[in-house]
Amino acid sequence: MSALPTQRWSKLEIGFWLIPMVAFFVFPKYLTLGSQILIAALFALSLDLILGYARIISLGHAAFFGIGAYTAGLLAKYGWGEPISGLVAAAAVATLTGLVTSFLVVRGQDLTRLMVTLGIGLMFYEIANQASWLTGGVDGLSGVEMKKLFGVFSFGLDGRTAYLYSLAVLFVVFCFARTLVRSPFGLSLRGIREGERRMPAIGASVPRKLIAVYTVGAGIAGVAGALLAQTTQFVGIDSLGFPRSAELMIMLILGGTGYLYGALLGAALFMLLQDYLSNLNPVYWQFWLGLLLVLIVLFARGGLMGGFIALRRRFARGRS
Amino acid sequence: MRSSLFVSRRAVVASVLAATVGLSTSGIAWAADPLKIGLILPLTGPFASTGRQIEAACRLYIARNGDIVAGRKVELIVKDDTGAPETTKRIAQDLIVQQKVNILAGFGLTPLALATASVATEAKVPMVVMAAATSVITTRSPFIVRAGFTLPQVTAPIAEWALKNNVKRVATLVTDFGPGLDAEKTFVKRFTEGGGTIVESIRTPLQNPDFAPFLQRVKDAKPDALFVFVPSGQGTAVMKQFGDRGLAAAGIKLIGTGDVVDDDILDAIGAPALGVVTSFHYSAAHPSPENKAYVDAFMKANNGMRPNFMSIGGYGMHLIYEAEKKTGGSNDGEKLVEAMRSMSWTSPRGPVSIDPATREPVQTV
Amino acid sequence: MLGNFIGVLFDGVAYGSLLFIISIGLSVTMGLMNFVNLAHGAFAMVGGYACVVVMTRLGVPFLASLPIAFVAAAAAGIVLERSLYRRLYRATHLDQVLFSIGLVFMSIAATTYFFGPQQQPVQLPEFLRGQVHVLGLDLGTYRLFLIAVVIIITVALTWLIERTRFGAEIRASVDNQQASAGLGINVYRVFSLTFALGSGLAGLGGGLGIDVLGLDPTFPLKYMVYFLLVVAVGGAGTIKGPLFAALILGIFDVAGKYYVPQVGAFVIYVAMVVLLIVFPHGLAGRRT
Repeated sequence: MSALPTQRWSKLEIGFWLIPMVAFFVFPKYLTLGSQILIAALFALSLDLILGYARIISLGHAAFFGIGAYTAGLLAKYGWGEPISGLVAAAAVATLTGLVTSFLVVRGQDLTRLMVTLGIGLMFYEIANQASWLTGGVDGLSGVEMKKLFGVFSFGLDGRTAYLYSLAVLFVVFCFARTLVRSPFGLSLRGIREGERRMPAIGASVPRKLIAVYTVGAGIAGVAGALLAQTTQFVGIDSLGFPRSAELMIMLILGGTGYLYGALLGAALFMLLQDYLSNLNPVYWQFWLGLLLVLIVLFARGGLMGGFIALRRRFARGRS
Repeated sequence: MRSSLFVSRRAVVASVLAATVGLSTSGIAWAADPLKIGLILPLTGPFASTGRQIEAACRLYIARNGDIVAGRKVELIVKDDTGAPETTKRIAQDLIVQQKVNILAGFGLTPLALATASVATEAKVPMVVMAAATSVITTRSPFIVRAGFTLPQVTAPIAEWALKNNVKRVATLVTDFGPGLDAEKTFVKRFTEGGGTIVESIRTPLQNPDFAPFLQRVKDAKPDALFVFVPSGQGTAVMKQFGDRGLAAAGIKLIGTGDVVDDDILDAIGAPALGVVTSFHYSAAHPSPENKAYVDAFMKANNGMRPNFMSIGGYGMHLIYEAEKKTGGSNDGEKLVEAMRSMSWTSPRGPVSIDPATREPVQTV
Repeated sequence: MLGNFIGVLFDGVAYGSLLFIISIGLSVTMGLMNFVNLAHGAFAMVGGYACVVVMTRLGVPFLASLPIAFVAAAAAGIVLERSLYRRLYRATHLDQVLFSIGLVFMSIAATTYFFGPQQQPVQLPEFLRGQVHVLGLDLGTYRLFLIAVVIIITVALTWLIERTRFGAEIRASVDNQQASAGLGINVYRVFSLTFALGSGLAGLGGGLGIDVLGLDPTFPLKYMVYFLLVVAVGGAGTIKGPLFAALILGIFDVAGKYYVPQVGAFVIYVAMVVLLIVFPHGLAGRRT
């Protein structure tokens, strides 16, 4: 790893990003599901930054998602329904919260971090629950009224605006994350991942870098939450809850950590599977989902991306 | 990108399926197109039992009353929302956009119904709320009609009962969510207006494994009675602890809405359930011929599962059937809601009617 | 006032005891075998349902159903260890998480299929119900029973791991698999038995817990946080650590709910975060 990795986009990547655009025209009836997949992908991306690149296992990441969602939702409820400034505000609040809590998270090992993040997440959940005069408590925040995007496109039943809006935000944030992980900062994170104790020897402050990446991850999660609040015009308290953090973790591991694309693939596969299976059998679909997860672990270590890379390697070896 | 190919192939299959379904229904549209009812319920997760009861009741209603109403075939499309509001809303949108459902029904919890209210308004589709019991729900959309119950309806009578039966000091214990707060508010208001005192108001978290400390606090406050409201399923724990902690022995009466003695879980509670005073709109033991027939049919169709108060909300399918009959098989959401207003009938829970102004059910408690 | 306090302390210890029984199995698999088994609650659920089935269908008394719960969960543990878990000992923790979550989903759906989504009934025998008066205090009989069970389990486990040949084999296999195999220890058999022990303890906890925690198909997910909490705060791989952790958390939780019910749910999380920040490796964890 002598030179910086290239920032150029490969054909495979460009092809990947064409898929959601083509999907918009091919599946006009599935755009609501599509927009929620895109939001989940963005959320998974934010966790990949901190889990895939900094090896901080977080089971409380939904805290930032929920904070973003409540920020955007409350702004819109009390008259500030302009979507893009709502996103920015949500990102700011989530980033700040991320920064404040990051100091608690940086200490300790895997299991400790897991539980500290979990504990922080549960505390935010309780706060939202107690402050029901503001958040609506367990009944959720309703009455979120969005203005038209750019004053032109309204968020309607067909989900067109929601889909394109989510896709655009996902792409912009993805470009940012991609640049980040390929920068010198991103490389030093990779160094931490591979050998946390060796990094100080080459003059890198580990905690400060971890704090930075945790904060960025929190901010992006906030954007994802805000997107969900804006496109569904409702914020449920479950957006802060532990099940959401756990589900997110499943999506990311399913896709493979530390590639960015793994997050997107994992979220898409998980959501599509869930939708498909629960349509087949609304009562026992979880069984088949669980079985698939088990099979994937048994046959493709490191998630979809891990399996994909192993396959490619085998293919290349077969040719040479 | 092998995996992304996989994803899109799955989606292609799904869309082809959807397209064929769309074709076949539009083909016979000229005759009488089927009446599509989208039933959205939590069928997995912690509130699964609510969903199962309602689904079973809806199916039972169709089985007993035929699947043709006003010349239209009834198609029930059951979906699982896992209890997450954005999923409920998405499914409602999908059902309307993809399947063109005529009526939305189900809704196990307040936030799920609230999140979907805007969909009903925008699509002008009637939304029959069968379980979610917070009183604000029907105010959120003119297309919402409730087939279940609201908490103020069922809590007020228990407050009056307490006043009449020489209960002066009461502690309340409710779960900290919409319906719980509704129940607490109504009870406290009625009870204090009638001259009673509230010695303690405790709200327990929704995910609460152990009621012991809360009940100990109640016991130490020495009230005449304890008013309890917890979601269906937690009643067992409260009742058992109430008995084991010796609250009953200390002369404290347990009063509450029927949730605590949910028919579905009576077996799990056992002896302590005797001697509890509750007020509710339904019990499987209600001695009317309609109810007896209902309970027998329900248990027969569901492998011995006893119907509970949630299932009766599902039996609100009646509302949909009658509205269709009245409007001659209309698809017009406004007309259907209009027809559902001011309806009255004899259900297994006794006589019920819908209040034309609030679209809430009026029933004997 | 003092009476109240002792009562709260007693309830806290009893509640902590229950947390300990259910979680100690996880400490065994996670600490000794280095396997993140999020499906731990599924084994507890197997035990719980085994209890209910033999009690309601075969009329077995409650106390006799507890060993059955242990055996049922341990048997399920051995079968799954031999067929599936064994393949994943060398996988990353993340793969283990995904795998065991998959198992949790399957167990929830399968349980719903066979038993329905509702709470399961359990009828305690008369002598475990109600309260006993000790020195002017009302103590719950069942809670006293829980505390007694914990004392027995702790003593037995400590003896098993520190005093028996099997315990020595476990400790050796954990420290160095290759060297242990070279010394003639059948490492695979030791791991199978350890896993069965952990699962069996979970099953026992599941059976004991029905009366307090309830039992329905979502059990493994609902209480997953609590298992992890006890093991993380206590430090995986020890018996004393999780015991202290469970007791402390139990007392804090009960006291919080009793004295400040408005913020009752906070207390246990705050206690956990504070404990973890002060003891990042767990109360009895080995410092690295």
